[in-house]
Amino acid sequence: MNQLNDIETSALQALESVTDEDALQAWKTAHIGRSSPLMQVFAGLGKLSKEEKPAVGQAANRVKLALESAFEARAQIIKDAALAKSLEEEQLDVTLPGRPAPRGRLHPSTVQLRRMLDILAEMGFQVYTSREVETDEFNFQFLNFPLHHPAREMQDSFYVETEGRGDNPILLRTHTSPGQIRAMRDAVAAAPDPANPPPIRIALPGMCYRYEQITARSEIQFNQVEGLAVGTNITFADLKGTLTDFARRMFGQGARVRFRADHFPFTEPSAEMDVECFVCGGKGCSVCKRSGWLEILGCGMVHPNVLMSGGYDPKRYTGFAFGMGPERQAMLRYRIEDIRYFWGNDVRFLEQF
Amino acid sequence: MKLPLSWLKDYLDITGLSPEDIARKLTFGGLEVEEIKYAGWTMPAYGKDDRREFKTEGIAWDRERIVVAEIREVKPHPNADRLTLCDLFDGTQEQVVLTGAPNIFHLKGTGKLPKPIKVAYAKEGATIYDGHADGLVLTTLKRAKIRGVESYSMVCSEKELGISEEHEGIILLDEDAPVGTPLADYMGDAVLEVKINPNMARCASVLGIARELAALLGRELRDKSTHVYTYTGTQGDFATLEITDPTLNPRFVLGLIRDVEIKQSPYWVQRRLKMVGARPINNIVDATNYAMFELGEPLHAFDYDVLVGRVTNSTHKPKILTRAAKDGEKLTTLDGVERTLTPMNVLVCDEKGALSLAGVMGGAESEVTDKTKNILLEGAAWNFINVRRTARQHNLQSEASFRFSRGVHPAMADKGVSLGLKLISEWSGGTVAPGLVDSYPLPPKDPTVEVTPRDVKRVLGIDLTAQQIIALLERVEFKCEIQEPILDTRKPILDIRYSNNESSNIESSNIASPNIESSNIASPNIESSNIASPNIESSNIASSNPESRISVTTPPYRLDIGEGVVGLADILEEIARLYGIENIPATNIADALPPQIGNPIHEWEERLRDLLISLGFIEIVSYRMTSVEKESRLARFDDHVVIANPITPERNVLRRSLLASVLEAAEKNARAESLSLFEIGAVFLPHKNELPDEPRKLAIVMTGRRAATAWDVKDSPVLDFFDMKGRIELLLAGLQLADVSYAPADSAAHLHPGKAAEIKVGDKMIGQFGELHPLVKERYELGASPVLAAEFDLAALTSAQSGFSLAPVPEFPPVYEDIAVIVDESVAAARVESLIRQTGGRSVTDARLFDVYRDEKIGAGKKSLAYALTYQSPEKTLTDAEAAAIRNKIVKRLEQEVKAKLRS
Ligand SMILES: [Zn+2]
Repeated sequence: MNQLNDIETSALQALESVTDEDALQAWKTAHIGRSSPLMQVFAGLGKLSKEEKPAVGQAANRVKLALESAFEARAQIIKDAALAKSLEEEQLDVTLPGRPAPRGRLHPSTVQLRRMLDILAEMGFQVYTSREVETDEFNFQFLNFPLHHPAREMQDSFYVETEGRGDNPILLRTHTSPGQIRAMRDAVAAAPDPANPPPIRIALPGMCYRYEQITARSEIQFNQVEGLAVGTNITFADLKGTLTDFARRMFGQGARVRFRADHFPFTEPSAEMDVECFVCGGKGCSVCKRSGWLEILGCGMVHPNVLMSGGYDPKRYTGFAFGMGPERQAMLRYRIEDIRYFWGNDVRFLEQF
Repeated sequence: MKLPLSWLKDYLDITGLSPEDIARKLTFGGLEVEEIKYAGWTMPAYGKDDRREFKTEGIAWDRERIVVAEIREVKPHPNADRLTLCDLFDGTQEQVVLTGAPNIFHLKGTGKLPKPIKVAYAKEGATIYDGHADGLVLTTLKRAKIRGVESYSMVCSEKELGISEEHEGIILLDEDAPVGTPLADYMGDAVLEVKINPNMARCASVLGIARELAALLGRELRDKSTHVYTYTGTQGDFATLEITDPTLNPRFVLGLIRDVEIKQSPYWVQRRLKMVGARPINNIVDATNYAMFELGEPLHAFDYDVLVGRVTNSTHKPKILTRAAKDGEKLTTLDGVERTLTPMNVLVCDEKGALSLAGVMGGAESEVTDKTKNILLEGAAWNFINVRRTARQHNLQSEASFRFSRGVHPAMADKGVSLGLKLISEWSGGTVAPGLVDSYPLPPKDPTVEVTPRDVKRVLGIDLTAQQIIALLERVEFKCEIQEPILDTRKPILDIRYSNNESSNIESSNIASPNIESSNIASPNIESSNIASPNIESSNIASSNPESRISVTTPPYRLDIGEGVVGLADILEEIARLYGIENIPATNIADALPPQIGNPIHEWEERLRDLLISLGFIEIVSYRMTSVEKESRLARFDDHVVIANPITPERNVLRRSLLASVLEAAEKNARAESLSLFEIGAVFLPHKNELPDEPRKLAIVMTGRRAATAWDVKDSPVLDFFDMKGRIELLLAGLQLADVSYAPADSAAHLHPGKAAEIKVGDKMIGQFGELHPLVKERYELGASPVLAAEFDLAALTSAQSGFSLAPVPEFPPVYEDIAVIVDESVAAARVESLIRQTGGRSVTDARLFDVYRDEKIGAGKKSLAYALTYQSPEKTLTDAEAAAIRNKIVKRLEQEVKAKLRS
């Protein structure tokens, strides 16, 4: 029995000086391992007398449990110490730069187009796309720009080299409006009764082209988004309501708008919608050229000649249309000073969006 | 059109309105004011950062310090030959003013002037522009000694007062200028730059804008008789006229004035012309210009004696004839240029030949000169298309062609000539010959349009009564009549509060003179809101029958109103403008929402963009216009859509290749360490003389390092074929395309023949990709790393969409095993993998290639492919034996099909 006490005392003593995992394992082998003195005691139990056996056995078990629990406690202390040490040692310089991951970016025109189209979609205007190279008829004549009309001067065009097409040359569309005619004609063609075509509510996005010098303020190609609503009960007041809603979604619930008379060949009456400058809140700044207002969008009631070109009877149908420029709005929103950045494809510009 | 408000005041009382008020009214009414330029009038005191409703420039003249004065004597300067000292009276006291003005220099030392010279005098402390500075620099007059003589004030040039650029001499005012009056009161001005839209051609004159503004303000034009200069005299006998084609020349009017003295116009005339942007020439040319700016009718002056000298008939009277030019006919215009004409050009001729290019520019021979005594004055109407095309053809844009090419009503011709004659006689002392020679073969039909309150409601969404509509339209001088007085038994559309007299309908329909109503809606600014407000007197909205038909006749000075449904739209626009677009309410669309069908192709493209962004690509957008040279670096195409009028030879065709666009963008960014770019857009496939096809494509370019350099990762490997393939696999997986296969591409000449693949979905090719061919790459200024390029046809990609099928999440544990097989180099990895999958069937849920290995032990021309296989059954847990059985089957199959050997 004394031997057991000695085993326990010396083992616990030895454990006191154990401070790392290796020493701990060595201690375990030495004191509670198979060939440890304690285990020798268990092995020698068989040689003891019936009387001695239970007492020695009990005592040996007690010592074993004591040593095991001492071992667990010491192991925990060593683990805690190791953790504390590693936490202290593994200090990063968190100000070092992160490892770069590839970074995809949408073109700013796409970003702006999506904003517009998403809002319009929620208002029931669905995307309708059409071709970029058009005939004079679709780009001008059907849209109430008669041949040689002065209004055409507002939209100088790029023409395609052709022969023998007379008054219907091929050109790069100057606006997405030819899609208005194509959409109306599609609807008439698909209608069970062509005299009663269905109402239309579409958004027409896409690239347009005008003959301009390329400068910080003007480009030869630009995106446009037009909206078109045609039906038997659509008024100028509805146009104002729809666009006022659109502006609130686009520029914030507090956005103020104003409408003033303007002229476009394909709408009548026509108007220009200004939005109170979202940069300065209308107080005047360089973005709004001190006026407090930003010209955002042209609009109007679809001209009867346009409705007729599309196959809709202007005596029964009315409609409104509006058009705006994603690049112009992106320029205002992001204070882009030079429109040439858009098609310049410099990643140092594109990466910022 | 520049509108000096001093001139506008001739026609309209603008008391109580600032230039900004006027500009705002015009802008909302469809005549956008782009700028206000002050030259004298009191200007709003804007701080540098203050809000300016309109772009504003110019200078205000201090009423105390800048006044009309008279020079009484011009004396020599004691110490400077080129300077003079002027004795001047400013209305209260005598002053001595130093000047070097050349236009009074000749009076130096002539003693007291018999007639004092009226000048613009700026006193000490006045702020004016520095006449010697480049551009407009403000300066304040201070006391200074110049060559020993004290100077503190100045007689001003036009530049110093912001009237023009002129600084050669001082302003010499008209003799009747009142000495001592503040100059701002005498001739101060503010000029509005008004944008004239095509539908507002009638407003390209002072009268035109005055009329419009009067209507918008609800004011009356001042003394209407002043804008109607009608000669009631007989037909003149000083010339004869022949119009060959009235559709080219609906009207031609001639007047004659004899014994003119050609000299400078009065200063006030010169100043007004400068304010509208014209250069004063002499009293004759100035009178024609002045009349044009005032009425909108361009005039042309001939030297009558030159024409008489050319007469070949016996009457000794010029015979004027108008006709289309003959092809190749020549005319020297008064700018000295000989012009070769086409039948599109219209000519004014006499018996001997062409005199002037109608509506655009006069001829040199019959031009008015200093020696001219008798003036033949032309006012005409021309087909606007011919004038417009002629002006463009000969690059002769002028104030006259600006107006004629937008259309001038023929009724203005005699009014213009009459005003021109009146002005010439006043300014030159000539005598007007009796009568006008007037040929008017094609008077325009001033359309009459029918409009009802229901039309107004249907299109504009506002309720107006017939009387209100009439009141608005009469402001712009439409003649209105209620066509069918209908006794209305229905309830008025407007709120009952408006109409406390139930029988008022009858009353209203009997009202013969609509003037009574119109005066009720005359008050400015708030007029339109009155219409809709309950304040309006009930008698005004007496007739609220929505079916009342109003026939509306266009006044004889505008050409922008059409017939029928178009005319109706034109009239509705007038109603909207005059009612005030800002006063129309904003409502929600009540019409049915059309079926929402979406746009699958557009949505598909957007999804593609999102996937590409998530894979780290940057979207670019390129010019669609390029050149054959630029594209041929990538590939040669037989033909292109060719631009007939390119802005530069570098952009003279529409692109055939989207990949060429993206490669150009990569080239521009060649200095970037790593590039992953894509573009989605159309390319253009020509059809001779027809519209091109516009298939949409996706092009991708990758080059440079796999990852950008980081502080701890140096020299990341360069991107290669398999980097691109990995992205493409993810992209197609993201699109949930099934049955995708890759095969060596043999049709892609621009790609490296050994590193090019075509991509198929089923048996449909959707695109190809690979490393750029070294010879192609050489033609681009790109870095040393390989350039990877892919191009997809979006239509093929869209139509390849396969249905989605969900694989169940496995319930039983998998068995993993690696096997390596040795095959000939010529055996494609894809073939081995497909054999493994085929043989394993649904028990092999994955076969991932993790190593490709070659060495001598394996043997030359051989490679080892190592696969990590996953065996799994949807029904049970596979035993090792079952897995081994599958493996054995696979190995056996590989041995048979591709002579593979299992590597131990
Ligand atoms: Zn602002």
